[in-house]
Amino acid sequence: MSDIEQRVKKIVSEQLGANEADVKNESSFVDDLGADSLDTVELVMALEEEFDCEIPDEEAEKITTVQQAIDYVSANLK
Amino acid sequence: MGFLAGKRALIVGLLSNRSIAYGIAEAMKREGAELAFTYQTEKFEERVGKLAADFDSKIVLPCDVADDAQIDALFPALAKHWDGVDIIVHSVAFVPKVALDGDYLESVTREYFRIAHDISSYSFAALAKAAMPMMEGRNASLLTISYLGAERTLPNYNVMGVAKASLEANVRYMAQSLGPKGIRVNAVSAGPIKTLAASGIAGFDKMMGFNEKHAPLRRNVTIEEVGNASAFLCSDLASGITGEITYVDGGMNITAAGTMD
Repeated sequence: MSDIEQRVKKIVSEQLGANEADVKNESSFVDDLGADSLDTVELVMALEEEFDCEIPDEEAEKITTVQQAIDYVSANLK
Repeated sequence: MGFLAGKRALIVGLLSNRSIAYGIAEAMKREGAELAFTYQTEKFEERVGKLAADFDSKIVLPCDVADDAQIDALFPALAKHWDGVDIIVHSVAFVPKVALDGDYLESVTREYFRIAHDISSYSFAALAKAAMPMMEGRNASLLTISYLGAERTLPNYNVMGVAKASLEANVRYMAQSLGPKGIRVNAVSAGPIKTLAASGIAGFDKMMGFNEKHAPLRRNVTIEEVGNASAFLCSDLASGITGEITYVDGGMNITAAGTMD
C-alpha cells in the first residue's frame, strides 16, 4: 500500500468512525461507510489538512470513494 | 479552580469538533462551567450527543432557532436539568450557499435577506427573550459570534455581512435592554476559521490566506483562541464589559494592509 493510500485510509477511518479493515479502495463514503453530507464535507477538510492542499468545491463533490480521494491527492500533492 | 466554576452554560451552534462552539465549550469546560447543548433537527441529535460527551454533558436538547415554538420549549426542557442558566452562547448563522458566491446585488433576494437576518441575528434576541426567566438575578451573560464582514466588505460574504451588522447592533440594543437586570451581552468578532459553515462561503481558502498575509500576527486564529476570549467575556472577570464587540482576529481589523509584497 502506498504512503498516500495509507494516510487517506487512516483519515477516512478516523473521520467516519469506521474500522480500518472496512475502508477499502472501492468503498463509497455514503453508501458503504455511512457518511452523511456533513461527514463528507469534514472529510474533505481533514484531507486538506493532512496533505496541506486546497480541494475546490467542484472537485470535492467528485470525491465519493476512497480511491477517488487517493487519486485526487496523488495527482495534486505539492 | 477555574474562573467559570459553578456557572452553567447553554451552547447553541455546536455541529462538529471544528465548530467555533466546540472551542468555546472546551474553554468553558476547562474553566469549570457545566455545559448543555442544542441540536437543530433530529438528524443531528446523535452527532451533537457524541460531541457533548466530550464535555461530560448529557443535556442535549432540540432547538431549531427558526421556530419560535422550539425556542419557547427549550427553556422549560432545560429547567428539568438546571434551576437557572448563567451563560448563553449563540454561534449560529445561515443563508443558502448561492447567496455567498459572486456579486452581492446579483445574489441577494428578499428571501435570502430574510433568512440570513432571521437565523443569524434575530435568533439571538429570541433566545434572550425566552431565557430571561432562567437568567435573572445571577450575573448572567450572553455571547454571539460575528465577523469583520459586518463592518467592511469583502468578496462573497455578501448578505451575511449585512446580517452580521444587524447582529452587532442587536448586541448593543440587547445590552441596553438587559443591563438594568445585570445581564451582559457581548460578541466576539473572530478571524476566518474553516468550519463546516464557512465551507459554504465561496473562496474561503483565499480569504484565509489573505488574512494570514495581512493580519499583524501574520497567521489565522484558532477555535481555542476564540473559545478563551469567549469564556472570559462570559465570566465574572468581565463584569464591567457589555455591548462590546471583541476582536479575536490576529489584529486584522486594525490594518488596511499588512504588507505591500
